[in-house]
Amino acid sequence: MYFKNFREYLSWLYFQYLLITGIYVLEPWEKSIFNSILFSAIAMVVYTSYVFIPIHLRLALEFFHEIFGGQPESTMTLMN
Amino acid sequence: MARSANGSGLKQLNHSGMKWDDSGKNGYHRITTEKLGAGISTASRQNKQESFEQAPMYVAVCTYMGFGIVTLFGYFRDFLRAVGLEKCNLAQEREEQKDFVPLYQDFENFYTRNLYMRVRDNWNRPICSLPGPVFDLMERVSDDYNWTFRFTGRTIPNVINMGSYNYLGFAENNADFLKTVADKVQQYGAGVCSTRQEIGNLSIHEELEQLVANFLGVESAMTYGMGFATNSMNIPALVGKGCLILSDELNHTSLILGARLSGATIRVFKHNNMHSLEKMLKEAICCGQPRTHRAWRKILIMVEGIYSMEGSVVRLPEVIALKKKYKAHLYLDEAHSIGAVGATGRGVTELFHVNPADVDVMMGTFTKSFGASGGYIAGKKELVDYLRSHSHSAVYASAMSPPVTEQIIRAIKCIMGKDGTTEGIRRIRQLAENTRYFRARLKEMGFIIYGNDDSPVIPVLLYMPGKVVAFAREMLQRKIGVVVVGFPATPITEARARFCLSAAHTRAMLNQVLQHLNEVGDLLCLKFSRRKRPSSLDLCEETDFGLDS
Repeated sequence: MYFKNFREYLSWLYFQYLLITGIYVLEPWEKSIFNSILFSAIAMVVYTSYVFIPIHLRLALEFFHEIFGGQPESTMTLMN
Repeated sequence: MARSANGSGLKQLNHSGMKWDDSGKNGYHRITTEKLGAGISTASRQNKQESFEQAPMYVAVCTYMGFGIVTLFGYFRDFLRAVGLEKCNLAQEREEQKDFVPLYQDFENFYTRNLYMRVRDNWNRPICSLPGPVFDLMERVSDDYNWTFRFTGRTIPNVINMGSYNYLGFAENNADFLKTVADKVQQYGAGVCSTRQEIGNLSIHEELEQLVANFLGVESAMTYGMGFATNSMNIPALVGKGCLILSDELNHTSLILGARLSGATIRVFKHNNMHSLEKMLKEAICCGQPRTHRAWRKILIMVEGIYSMEGSVVRLPEVIALKKKYKAHLYLDEAHSIGAVGATGRGVTELFHVNPADVDVMMGTFTKSFGASGGYIAGKKELVDYLRSHSHSAVYASAMSPPVTEQIIRAIKCIMGKDGTTEGIRRIRQLAENTRYFRARLKEMGFIIYGNDDSPVIPVLLYMPGKVVAFAREMLQRKIGVVVVGFPATPITEARARFCLSAAHTRAMLNQVLQHLNEVGDLLCLKFSRRKRPSSLDLCEETDFGLDS
């Protein structure tokens, strides 16, 4: 299938989303309700990951660094 | 696979025929022809293999998800209707009856209200011409999401008809072909105004029954005015309490209704599964009736020739072998297969080269291949004479109308060749060719199709509810009329579109349908098949094989 421009491709993707989730058979206001619920759920997931994942990653990296890579440095400073 | 092996075997023969001396060549020739002979029979047996390919797992997951989401919205809308925020357009109980047992709360009504009503513009479309290979539809629109319809006054002309059971193309209005029918209306009138037993037994009915018996190769036949009533009213006359009915899983509602009305014990075996049937037969013979352990008075196996929702064909030789071994009786419902399969249109008995006398009760309908209405039951003379006096349909139902009877007579004469032309055999060959071509092209495109390669009923699996609806609408926009079937006529995950081919479809019409199917399949992502697609080269090899021998 060949699409004339990117907008047509996006509208075909939206059509596939409507068919797969079964929303295609519902009335327009019901489609809007479902889309807004799904969009807000995804937005919450994205926001939570934006807030918490860097902190968790940093803490995890510090934890493993302390166990494996931290020993030589600390004994040198203690002796000096 | 066997076909390509035979092709290479032939090439080897020609090549070695030149190289070897006479004795060696003859010896090699004999062995190769034996292998070739075995190859031909395995090829023809492999042709009759049926495929029921499973879709990938994500398809089932998406189908359930789609149904789940729409069911949730259904509960939400029911809540709005109960609270009063929305008007209820369906039937409701009256105010005085609100405390009684609810009439409209069971699942079937929930499903109708919340799923079927949203999309029902795809079913019950009114037709305003005869249901031939092309027909005209009345255009209708809905302003309130399919609760009510109104006609715009326009028609959609020349829509290709892929849904009518018009297998041999006898749904036609050619004045030459219908001349005898018009004469009979002049002679007998249009209605009979009586039952067969009282005063409705016309000479044209006798002529039809003689012709049907000759056509099927049995002793005697009896015809009835309605196909559904043939099954549901005659099975109670044949079996009763103390008899056992072994019925296939996917039998038609008329057979199930007849079996339930008869009062016999019903056991269901898995679809076309001979092991399941044999196990049940063994258990029936060994254990007998449930509490008393007496022998069953009669054991009746009920199968259909072609199952219209799956497109599969019954395994007749094996069923007959089982029936003879365990001394049961066989009831064969050839509603879709009479006239549509077999080299001369005699049905599944001819397809499998089985003696028609082996089947105890042969039943069929005239609705599908003969372009009329009604049904018949054929078999031994004693059986049919018994049914003439004991069947409810014969005693109480109105007899078949004379123009319909004449239409069947002229259709059967055309198929048998008795009208002096080769039109009948041409139509049968055209149907077989159309079936083979259409099925091969669909498989090549990548759709999942169920059923036997010989059956003119082709279910194309669509699975998801949104895609089913979108498919029907898109095909109508491209002027092709298809029938889509969903739950509850099929299992919930296997919604399908059912194509019924006709001898009246030309190759150009089929090509147009296939091209649009290809486009719609790409647009809606319907090509789920994961098997290796045979290239068009294999289709050419088939014809080469015929030329060499």
